[in-house]
Amino acid sequence: MIGKFVSIAIIAILSENFVLAKFLGICPFLGVSKKTDTAIGMGLAVTFVMTFASILTYLTYYYVLVPFNIEYLQTLAFILVIAFLVQFVEMFVAKMVPSLYAALGIYLPLITTNCAVLGAAIINIEKMYSLPETIWFSFCSAIGFTVAIVLFAGVRERLENSDIPKALQGFPIALITAGLISMAFLGFSGLSF
Amino acid sequence: MKKLTEIAKNGLIYENPTFVQLVGMCPTLATTTSIINALGMGVAVTFVLIGSNVVISLLRKFISPKVRIASYIVVIAAFVTIIEMLLKAYLPAISNSLGMFIPLIVVNCIILARAESFASKNGVVESALDGLFMGLGFTMALAILGGIREIIGNGTIFNLPLFGKSFKPAIMFILPPGAFITLGVILAVKNAISLKKEGNSK
Repeated sequence: MIGKFVSIAIIAILSENFVLAKFLGICPFLGVSKKTDTAIGMGLAVTFVMTFASILTYLTYYYVLVPFNIEYLQTLAFILVIAFLVQFVEMFVAKMVPSLYAALGIYLPLITTNCAVLGAAIINIEKMYSLPETIWFSFCSAIGFTVAIVLFAGVRERLENSDIPKALQGFPIALITAGLISMAFLGFSGLSF
Repeated sequence: MKKLTEIAKNGLIYENPTFVQLVGMCPTLATTTSIINALGMGVAVTFVLIGSNVVISLLRKFISPKVRIASYIVVIAAFVTIIEMLLKAYLPAISNSLGMFIPLIVVNCIILARAESFASKNGVVESALDGLFMGLGFTMALAILGGIREIIGNGTIFNLPLFGKSFKPAIMFILPPGAFITLGVILAVKNAISLKKEGNSK
């Protein structure tokens, strides 16, 4: 039991990292990774939403879609659940925890179109995880996302001050850097339990 | 007619979704391990783009601005579900290799962006053309990326071997790092060309 949870964690954070191996959540990965602080903010917001979204989509799938035999509406149902959740979380956090809202506020609306959240929900159903496994997998995947985006932001801060050929400035060098980080994470792929 | 060429040029070159707008990066990087996968993804996105652009353009007078994003997402999700089922039924091989990236077309920013910035303001015919050419621009970019990665990483194109048996492909290029690096290099070359053009015109 514990073994399974440890192995889910290692797969989700290291060997099959959402961003670097599965290409989920590339838009925020490239878009909000210019500073380490904002990267951490985005990572926290994604962790929060992704964990809750996976619980809600799990319940939607097994208690609404399956009983009515309408599993083919999965995509439609999940995206609506996620959009609703993000909106709700935004209002709830703004009202109840203003300090958290100040830190995460601007990232929350961006998360609806973050494919990592919908991706995690789909993977959970595909792999037929139980509810605790679903929660743990989504949480660890989000941690993996945070690790990747924070690492990447650290490198990008250094890139700001380095002398880069004009044609490579901006996105090209960022993508090549991401490629090198991804290559380093490839080293974890032998790791399994 | 003039408008047609303008829409075509915008979609294919000046506002190319992948190389210029840099949107929809997830499927771009994930599904370009071979040119066939890249084309499959491109066609699926083109289908959804045309469909959602047409429907949203037809409904643009009825959708209240307050709920527009949610309405767009429902329309897009409907078309994604259609293409998902069509691919599963008629092209199971492509459906398998694209996997979860087909349902993820829903959150591909290019589709929502076209709905918001074009289809909600223009007529049906223009919107359909915009969807078609934006989709073709996306497909073209994916095919270029997929072609390069397949040739270097696997030594084949459309699954036909290109080099002799002694050729050892650089497998790195069909693995995740290859996607980032190839796209980075393509963008750098594009920048270098446009910098050179600017230099010449001065």
